[in-house]
Order: sequence, then structure tokens, then C-alpha cells
Amino acid sequence: MTQSSMTNEIAAAAPTILDGIDPDLATHLGSKREIFRNVATKLGVLATTPVILAAASSEAFAQGLPRQVTDILNFALTLEYLEDEFYRTALSSNFIPERYYEVFNTISRHESEHVSTLKGALGGAAVAKPRFDFTARGKYPDIFRNFRTFALVSQTLEETGVAAYKGQAPKLTGGGQLLTTALRIHSVEARHAAEVRRIRGARPWTGAFDKPMSKAQVLAAASPFIAG
Amino acid sequence: MEQITTQSLNSSGDHSSRRSVLKWAAMAAASAAVFGVDVPGLRLTEAFAQGGAVDLGGGDVGVLNYAYALEQLEAAFYTQVVATPYQGMSGYERSVLHDIRDHEVAHRAFFAKALGRRRIPNLKPNFSAINFASRQSVLSTASTFEDLGVAAYNGGGAAIRNPAYLAAAGSIVSVEARHAAILRDLIDPLSSSFAGDVDFSGLDVAKPPSQVLAAAAPFVATPISATQLP
Repeated sequence: MTQSSMTNEIAAAAPTILDGIDPDLATHLGSKREIFRNVATKLGVLATTPVILAAASSEAFAQGLPRQVTDILNFALTLEYLEDEFYRTALSSNFIPERYYEVFNTISRHESEHVSTLKGALGGAAVAKPRFDFTARGKYPDIFRNFRTFALVSQTLEETGVAAYKGQAPKLTGGGQLLTTALRIHSVEARHAAEVRRIRGARPWTGAFDKPMSKAQVLAAASPFIAG
Repeated sequence: MEQITTQSLNSSGDHSSRRSVLKWAAMAAASAAVFGVDVPGLRLTEAFAQGGAVDLGGGDVGVLNYAYALEQLEAAFYTQVVATPYQGMSGYERSVLHDIRDHEVAHRAFFAKALGRRRIPNLKPNFSAINFASRQSVLSTASTFEDLGVAAYNGGGAAIRNPAYLAAAGSIVSVEARHAAILRDLIDPLSSSFAGDVDFSGLDVAKPPSQVLAAAAPFVATPISATQLP
């Protein structure tokens, strides 16, 4: 199928698809057919339905990425900033038992790499790192002194990460390399979650199917750690 | 089918785990029913057309059959592991392997139901190279299978066109990654091994179907072809 016939097909199907996504957007799309086609043509590998819809809805780009995609990547980047600073602070605080050090050092390295990878993908559109409060406004006062507290929060952050990527991945359907990168981070976070659970003496899984979290659920879980 | 797609996009993650999974399963089954409006049994006939090999098919059906084939292999393997425990299996190892067996059986059932009539036939495993009496043989094979499964889902995701299927694959791949981490940890405890072969960008392995099927081939007696997959 040629690029333009595929684009036309997507454009023709769009109103039906949009009915299920965003009623307001569907109402406005009729007048935006041209934008829709131009966007679809520019996106190349990203030119499949959900991502195209995002592009048509925002008309905003960074490094050629539609706004909804940069929003997803910045959302992921914020979580990675949180994890990265959490582990780097912990590793420099001299309380992690020696037998667990290699595991947490490995996790920390991955989180730093995830920050770099996402910043690289976002370029100038990357959000700045927020300020964090790992005591969660006093709920965990001994977070970097007590290994039990630290491991509990570590598990929470890893599980939130796994569920966050899982929740966003379907929105990147057809997103080619970008989707693949998100999936490859997602499974690393799942490995972390399992290993931290194992260290805590917990079952490494909760069942045969992991559940996703919506963006709102993730923000609710992460917000106590974000000071501003 | 488009309606099914967008509904799932909107609602994923807003329900309890069980309800979500059931919903995905129902949705996938509904989609399979839509696919299946052509002549019943036709796809099965085509499946045997490639000189006796089972062809996975193309499009989302092909990707789902690809996952189904891998889940069949894993489910058969762990069923055997649990039925004939190796010497010296610890209580912890037993509970881990039982759980994993249950998960893989559930994954296999999920794809069988989602694919309906479009599913490939039951594959015949070939575990002759595995010594089920040996801890080392069982755990190294298990961790190889789990790493391979993770790499397969990570590499196959980009070929999926229906977001509901991608959501379902996402709910399975992270469980496979948990298995991989814990099996690696059983072999090499509390080292960096649990993470697998993560690259310097912090990314897990992703492999295309050709590489995955080549790696799985020694363990499957039924020849598999994937001519229509990327």
C-alpha cells in the first residue's frame, strides 16, 4: 500500500475511530482533514491510527513527534527522574546491606540510562527534573536509613513504573521504534520489580497477567514524592 | 473492529486486574469472531499448506499465533517440570515453578480463546535435549525460555495493529520478565544477572520472529513457518 492511499484510508476511517476516543475531537475533525493528511505524511513510521489522531489533535511537535507522544515520553521521563535520584541517593547513603548492593547498583544504573534514553528521544521537548521528597511528606522519615523502608518504597516505585509503561504502550500502537523502546524499558522495570519483591521476601508476581495503571493512577501514586 | 480498538484504548487500566483481563479476553475473543467471518476452518487448512509446517499467518492473527506458539512451548515445559521435579528441588523453587506453570497455562488459554478458529493447532514439543532430573538443565532451559519470551514480545509489539492486543501482550510480557529475573536469580543469586542482557541504554532485548523461532526450533517437533510476519 502506498503512503498516500494508506493515509487516505486512515483519514476516511477517522471519524468512526474518534467516536470512541474523544467526542469533542470527532466534532472538530471534519475541518481538520487537511492537517490530518499532512501530519500523516510527515510521520512516516509513526503513521498509524492512534498516533496520527494524537497529532491531529494537538498540531504541536517537538523533534517531529506529535504532542501526545511527547506527553507520554515526558510522563515516563518524570518517573525515571524519580527512580534515578531515589537509587543514587540511597547508594550514597551507606545503609544498603552489602549482599543487596549489586542488585540496587544495577537497578540504579538502568534508571540513569532510562533518563538518558528518554531525554535523547525528546531533545528540546524534555521536561526538567522536578524536586523530589522521598520521605513522601514525612510518611517515610527513615527512607535512606532503614533498608526495610527503602525496599518497600523501591517496590512501590518499580511496580508503578511497570504499570505506567503498560498503561501508555497501547497509545503508541504502530509507533515503530518508539514503541519498541518503551516496551524494552517496561520489561526491565518488571525485572527490577520481581527482584526487589524477592529481596523483600514477597512473591515476585501477583498473577498471570499484570495490570496497567492509567496516567491519573500513576500520578496519584507518584505525587507524594514530587515536591515541585 | 475499530470500535473494539478504541473502547479498549479508553478504558484500559480503570478496572481491577481480574476484570481488565477478562475484558481483554472478551474483547480479543470478539475480535477473533470478527476475523472469523470467512469460511470456518479455512485458516486451519492454510496452516498446513507450507509443506507440513504450521504457518502462523499474517497481521495481528499472525502475531497472536506467534505468541500462542511460544506460550504452548512454555506451558508444556513447566507442566513436565512440575510433574517430574528434579532432585533437590527446594520448597521455594517448587513454589516458583508451580506459579510459573500456572501462568504459562493461563497465557496459552488466553491466546487459544482470543484466536478462536484462527489459532494454530497444538504443537508437539521436543524436550529430548533437556534433563528434567537436573536442576541445572531445568533452570538454565527455563531462564532461556523466559528471556526468549521477553525478547519476542518486545520485538513483536511493533507489528501489532490493534491496541487491545498490545495491551494484552503488555500484561503478559512483564510477567514473563518477572519469571526471567527470578529464574536467573535462582541460578546466580543477588548478582546483576536478574536483569538479563540489558544494553547501555537500559533497554531489554528485543528479537524479531525469525531469530526467536530459530532459537525455539530445537524444542519444537512441529515445523513452524512465519512467512507473513516481519
